[in-house]
Amino acid sequence: MLEKIGEIKKTALDALAKIEGEEGLDQWKVTHLGRSSAIMDVFKNMGSVPKEERGNVGRTANQVKQALQAALDEKKEALHQAEIQRALQEEKIDITLPGYAIPRGRLHPTTQTLREIYRVFADMGFQIYRSREVETDEFNFQLLNFPPHHPAREMQDSFYVDSGEERGENPILLRTHTSPGQIRAMREFTAENPDNPPPVRIILPGMCYRYEQVSARSETQFTQVEGLAVGHDVTFSDLKGTLSDFARRMFGKNVDSRFRASHFPFTEPSAEMDIECFLCGGAGCSVCKHTGWLEILGCGMVHPNVLSNGGYDPERYSGFAFGMGPERITMLRYHIEDIRYFWANDMRFLEQF
Amino acid sequence: MKTPLSWLKEYVDIELPTEELARRMTLAGLEVEEIRYVGYPLPEGDKRREAKITGFAWDPDEIVVGAIHEVMPHPNADRLVLCRLEDGEEEHTVLTGAPNLFPYKGKGELDSPLKVAYAREGATVIDAYSESEETEYTTIQRKKIRGVDSYSMACSERELGISDEHEGIIILDEDAPTGLPLVDYMGDVVFDIAITPNFARDANIIGVAREIAAITGQELRYPDLDVAQRGDPIQGKVKIEITDPELNPRFAFGLIENVKIQPSPYKVRLRLKLSGVRAINALVDATNYAMLELGEPLHAFDYDILQARAQEAGAAAPTIITRAAKQGETLVTLDDEERQLDDFTVLVTDQSGPLALAGVMGGAASEVHEETTNVLLEGAAWNMINTRRTVMSQNLPSEAAYRFSRGVHPELAPQGVWRGLKLMHEWAGGTVSQGLVDEYPLPPEDPTVEITPGDVRRWLGIDLNVEEIVSILESLAFTCRVSERLSVNGEQSSVNGEQSSVNGHQSLTTDHYSLITVTTPKHRLDIGAGVVGKADLMEEIARVYGYDRVPETRMADALPPQRGNRELDIEEKLRDMLVNLGLQEVISHRLTSPENEARRFPAGEAPKEVYAPLVNPISPERSALRRSLLASVLNTVEGNYRIQDRVAIFEIGPVFLPHEGEELPVESPRLAMAITGPRSLPDWGTAGTREMDFYDLKGIVETALGALHLDGIRYERGGNPSFHPGKCADVFVGEEKIGSFGELHPLVRENYDLPETTLAAAVFDLSALTALVPTLFDVDSIPNQPPVLEDLAVVIDEDVPAEKVAALIRQTGGKILTDLRLFDVYRGDQVGEGKKSLAYSLVYQHPERTLTDKEVAKVRKSIVYRVERELGGKLRE
Repeated sequence: MLEKIGEIKKTALDALAKIEGEEGLDQWKVTHLGRSSAIMDVFKNMGSVPKEERGNVGRTANQVKQALQAALDEKKEALHQAEIQRALQEEKIDITLPGYAIPRGRLHPTTQTLREIYRVFADMGFQIYRSREVETDEFNFQLLNFPPHHPAREMQDSFYVDSGEERGENPILLRTHTSPGQIRAMREFTAENPDNPPPVRIILPGMCYRYEQVSARSETQFTQVEGLAVGHDVTFSDLKGTLSDFARRMFGKNVDSRFRASHFPFTEPSAEMDIECFLCGGAGCSVCKHTGWLEILGCGMVHPNVLSNGGYDPERYSGFAFGMGPERITMLRYHIEDIRYFWANDMRFLEQF
Repeated sequence: MKTPLSWLKEYVDIELPTEELARRMTLAGLEVEEIRYVGYPLPEGDKRREAKITGFAWDPDEIVVGAIHEVMPHPNADRLVLCRLEDGEEEHTVLTGAPNLFPYKGKGELDSPLKVAYAREGATVIDAYSESEETEYTTIQRKKIRGVDSYSMACSERELGISDEHEGIIILDEDAPTGLPLVDYMGDVVFDIAITPNFARDANIIGVAREIAAITGQELRYPDLDVAQRGDPIQGKVKIEITDPELNPRFAFGLIENVKIQPSPYKVRLRLKLSGVRAINALVDATNYAMLELGEPLHAFDYDILQARAQEAGAAAPTIITRAAKQGETLVTLDDEERQLDDFTVLVTDQSGPLALAGVMGGAASEVHEETTNVLLEGAAWNMINTRRTVMSQNLPSEAAYRFSRGVHPELAPQGVWRGLKLMHEWAGGTVSQGLVDEYPLPPEDPTVEITPGDVRRWLGIDLNVEEIVSILESLAFTCRVSERLSVNGEQSSVNGEQSSVNGHQSLTTDHYSLITVTTPKHRLDIGAGVVGKADLMEEIARVYGYDRVPETRMADALPPQRGNRELDIEEKLRDMLVNLGLQEVISHRLTSPENEARRFPAGEAPKEVYAPLVNPISPERSALRRSLLASVLNTVEGNYRIQDRVAIFEIGPVFLPHEGEELPVESPRLAMAITGPRSLPDWGTAGTREMDFYDLKGIVETALGALHLDGIRYERGGNPSFHPGKCADVFVGEEKIGSFGELHPLVRENYDLPETTLAAAVFDLSALTALVPTLFDVDSIPNQPPVLEDLAVVIDEDVPAEKVAALIRQTGGKILTDLRLFDVYRGDQVGEGKKSLAYSLVYQHPERTLTDKEVAKVRKSIVYRVERELGGKLRE
């Protein structure tokens, strides 16, 4: 009997050795370890084994059964490893094929630049105040110290809105700058406490319009970000510090800036801020016209008339204001040649950001 | 303003290198935009420049002053002459075709030689015959022209880069030293300065020289106004009547008799040309020269013409009357245009009628001409607003109008006249009459402003002492008086009165209590009074002190109250959400036309809409402010579909809605979206994906609104006429409608250049939406009881909206139904005609305990019962 068990073991192991794929293992298990396998028959027929041999035969059969199970597990693992090895050897894709395209949305480049500006000024305590785009001459010009027929109006040709009535020297127009918001903001704040109005630290973003022939350099509409800080002790040196800090945040921490005397009716003293050309590092290139400087914004101390018109006593309060063009900044940064791209909404432009 | 440095140097010493001077001027507010080198070598190397650099250098060894002693005919050519020319070293025969030498041809040895710009053999000059846009250069080489040797030349202005003039050669003034390098004789550097409106006072040589003197610490010299008055007194020869001093605060006349019309000296003409003004004759040149120098525009009348007109009118002498033009009046100006005059135009007239547009342009009838011998020279001051309006109305910009429309101080009028008379006398001979006729009814108030070093500290953030402040202001010709002040309880008050004069302020030590009383010089109209004047002076102090020397400080002032900007925060959140959902943000032109926007309605169905139209549109396509953001995004899709078939965009921005009785249109913020084309981008792995439709857009809408945690969003069948009536939804939050979306109406699509693919679009009213966004929202706890999941399909009539079924299930399920999701919609044979099957997966969950099968079965039974009873549906087994 023991001999027969040895035979069973040998036959089974030989069969197992011949198996080459995992799929053959299940069949082998049925044949050699299943209910009607030879080894199970030994157990089933134990009754016919002489009593004195039963212990030995049973033990041996059990050992064989366990050995076969172990051999099966081992074989299974070996085949599994072999299969993985084969897969690693054989399965190869062309990793240079492009990935599946995933539709992606983007913010308009102007929005992206605006958000950067918002963030830098927010860190310095400037909050965002938005104001209307259709204005009266009074708010767009007169209260900002541009009296009717002022020569500085020549630089800001306006689109006028037909209101269907004769309005004399206070026509309705599309704001030429975000500055009328200065007056609206100051008046809103002074209404809260006319005798002792609160300090102001705001930026005013928004769309502005000028009557200009459209070209690569000028558009009829453009966004502007205006800034206004008013308080009891705001100085021209604060203006320089704030805007130089802004330039370093926006254009690079080592960027130099300079202030040139200039003229805006609503500020006095007025200045233009140039930053060191970030394209050539100030060495001179075609973008900065070989001057090493890029004109970035106009600024100045708020004119006493403007403070008064906003309800702030210019003998007690002082302030500074500035204005910049996000499109110009975007154009300089990304070498954009044509300002008309901004509102033409050609996806081939917008999808590059 | 083009400003020759040689001219500036007559009035101020300049020691700085040219580019450093330009830099300092630019920082001080006189922006030098271009530096033009005339004859002098251009700076070399590739380093950065303070301004645009242009010009042409004359080699000092090769281009010199030459003297022509004789002009001889060319043996073989009538149109050429030969010149016997001496260049300081030897004699040459120079061949030229210059017409301005022909009068001297064959006249033998000239009494006084003609001085010319002589270019020796090998010299480089500008190629005057080049047709290229770019300047081209040529080197003079020996050659034979019509049998005569030619190896050098006498140059025209074009050949030397002075002007475009090439009709003849340059004939210099007689005193030009023969053999001197031409650059040493007349080389120059011209600054082109951008003059801002507040610097109008500096639109002249003296003004710029004064600024340079102030910023470089030099003294300003003033032009010579001392004129030998050898004629009769002018009194009685002309009268002036000013009808409105507001329009004409001052009017002065001087008279010069027996002048000879001739060209002015070459150096004068050169200076005018370099300044951008044409040289005409000695009389006209003198008026322009004096204007460019002092800033006072002058006008020369032919006195004999005025006299004749006066006599015709029965008067002994002309009376000049200044007044506003009358309705219907006309004047022929010296450009021979007949001009219809406005009632704001100020006129110079005599007894017989208009003579000139005051401060803008003279009349043809009374101007100086070739036979003029007696000249009445006007210097006046005119109202800047009236001048400006006339310039605009007549479209007549001129050098005079430029200055008068920005304000010219009346004190300059007699100075200008004297300077003009002096130059006329120098360049055209004649006799200057004694004195001026000078009416000055309205002298301006030259404001006096009080400032203290404390003001400087408060505005500029710098500490300057009294001496420094006074020195800066005096360098710009302000008059300063310093007085001592004491502070009583923090209030400053004057106790000692005047302590010291301009020259005696050195004794003061208590700077912060010193008051400086500053009087504006009599050439400026830009300084205000009171606190405005203070600000004006602060700018002057900062400019001269140097903006670059003001330190950078960080604001120490109190921070304002925190207000935030909720509307913008929500807008930005929406932008981020829509970008995350794959939409591209666009920003459109807000100027459009009603016709363009009417396209968003089916043809013939556009309602009458009130626009805010422009008075002065730049084109018919941009004639009004938009009313519809839907129209904006449809325009964008239209503009892009030819480039790519998948477009998914959104825009946030205002529309402009005029309202009866409101001064300004309402600016209402909107959100619009549009999607069209395949759901995914074309690539090699996902060929043939389906088109986006209503439900893609609804998914975007649901997700975006969900991100804002809006409560109680409802979708109802909508009636927006831009959309397909069967595929359009209105979106409500509670009872408030916040927007609508749908697939574009086929008739609307036909109005656009769009393909026949589905286009879904949406519009939302952001102010309505923003108001409904909750600040906070509740988060549900994660349940720790096991859920019971089951599916439920109901068959129902086609026209029962899905939302109704879902609402019923939700209501019946109550609190323990925690989730309900539609996972299949089926129509077909299995459910029968006119029916649909809606399959939902339901999640039951109790927050505190495990649900029993019995509880769930009970709820399920109620749902089925109600679906059958209330919606006429039945369970699909």
